[in-house]
Amino acid sequence: MNAPQNAPAYNFAYLDEQTKRMIRRAILKAVAIPGYQVPFASREMPMPYGWGTGGVQVTAAILGPDDVLKVIDQGADDTTNAVSIRKFFQKTAGVKTTTSAREATVIQTRHRIPETPLTGNQILVYQVPIPDPLRYLEPRETETRRMHALAEYGLMHVKLYEDIARHGHIATTYAYPVKVDGRYVMDPSPTPKFDNPKMDGCPALQLFGAGREKRIYAIPPHTRVVSLDFDDHPFERYRYDGACALCGATDSYLDEIVTDDRGTRMFVCSDTDYCEGRRGDPEEAGAPQAEAPRP
Amino acid sequence: MNLAANESEPLLIGEGLTKSFGRQIGCRDVSFCLHEGEVMAVVGESGSGKTTLLRLLSMQTESDAGRVLYRMRDGVTRDLATLGEAELRFLARTDWGFVHQDPALGLRMAVSGGANVGERLMAVGWRHYGNIRDAAADWLSRVEIDIARIDDRPATYSGGMRQRLQIARNLVTQPRIVLMDEPTGGLDVSVQARLLDLLRSLVAVLKLSAVIVTHDLAVARLLSHRIMVMKGGEVIESGLTDQVLDDPREPYTQLLVASILQP
Repeated sequence: MNAPQNAPAYNFAYLDEQTKRMIRRAILKAVAIPGYQVPFASREMPMPYGWGTGGVQVTAAILGPDDVLKVIDQGADDTTNAVSIRKFFQKTAGVKTTTSAREATVIQTRHRIPETPLTGNQILVYQVPIPDPLRYLEPRETETRRMHALAEYGLMHVKLYEDIARHGHIATTYAYPVKVDGRYVMDPSPTPKFDNPKMDGCPALQLFGAGREKRIYAIPPHTRVVSLDFDDHPFERYRYDGACALCGATDSYLDEIVTDDRGTRMFVCSDTDYCEGRRGDPEEAGAPQAEAPRP
Repeated sequence: MNLAANESEPLLIGEGLTKSFGRQIGCRDVSFCLHEGEVMAVVGESGSGKTTLLRLLSMQTESDAGRVLYRMRDGVTRDLATLGEAELRFLARTDWGFVHQDPALGLRMAVSGGANVGERLMAVGWRHYGNIRDAAADWLSRVEIDIARIDDRPATYSGGMRQRLQIARNLVTQPRIVLMDEPTGGLDVSVQARLLDLLRSLVAVLKLSAVIVTHDLAVARLLSHRIMVMKGGEVIESGLTDQVLDDPREPYTQLLVASILQP
């Protein structure tokens, strides 16, 4: 995998150059208007909708031959979606891939932000199922667009109000709405709200691609991202109170893993790269989450 | 009425409002003015252009000719057509209320009663849950909805409760004008009576101006100071409610008045 050896039948990174240009224009517009959902002519990709077609198109449009790609799915490098997207770009772009959040220059993610702080020369690409945070509250697209245009976001708080009225606290735990740069309310994709503070002032560029819904939006580096809340019910981060069973981390987001048919369970870091890094040896055997992907 | 100089200006003025839908006339050359604290009823049979007029007034439909003037809170009377959409929508959720005949159109059926009342407050920037909830509870009690139902969805409310909830939702931001489209339509008589009582006291206490569209002359007599009778899209008679209903001049109005069933 040293020299780029993309399969000759494909253009570099699968998409044709015109399409990539179209997507880049959408990305530029998205970066210029932080949090605004830019429509784009989403293409059919060789994978089903809901498997990251939006993220894949954004990645394809920004990928260069020197980039190092990391793909995570719910924080893990070794789940089906992550492995197949990584292989897809290995094959069609011949780029170097990694599981290390430090080495990567482009990280495509489904529903997590890596625990390792991101840097200014990295781009985080999110896969987004439903880009509009208002969608479940207001089904009409014409109406939600108008609401975004006029910054009419009272409805967003209606949802949070309902949470408190019903559960006594804001029970939204993922896809927690944020306000970007004091203007647009944005759906951070279904990341746990634990990750919300990581988006605020992040030095890395964050791009969001929704393939089925045909929208791209972005958070430029060092942009203010505020999670919506009430004065008397402020935003709170949530993580399961405990340490990772593998690496002992008490600051990472944990997944609950059921280990047998009798309900035995363990809590481990959802970010496998972070967990491996803390344990020192990524090849360490015996841990179900630690299996390194075969190149 | 004892009004200050500026307040003697009308709050809402319709000037030559005309709207047609193709060859079908919605309403033609309707003019009126409405003062602060005044309630005007618009009566007429189905298809006479009452609802079209209401939609023109609330800028939900664009008029073919004529204009709607509104005296803003700063005392300046402005043509609503010159306002931007953001300003109009802001007016619509602060200064104005719109009560639909079908409460399902005016409510969010999937969120609780409390959230329905609180929505307008949150839309104008309230960000304190406790305060929003207190205001919602206060308004629910003012429209005689049991506070224990605050977290129930309006889908579980009866028709009368829904209508009262819709009224509370509209009044929570203390609007100056409420437009009502058949507010008592589809309710049974005893529920209607209580709703009318409620509306009458709210209008009096809050010094609300209101335009009430109704085909029910009893509702008009009970609630309104003035009345406009419409037929075929035009106003055929207008004046003080008692005067018009007791001594109708136009044959059509006479017919309407004569059609009231006497129990």
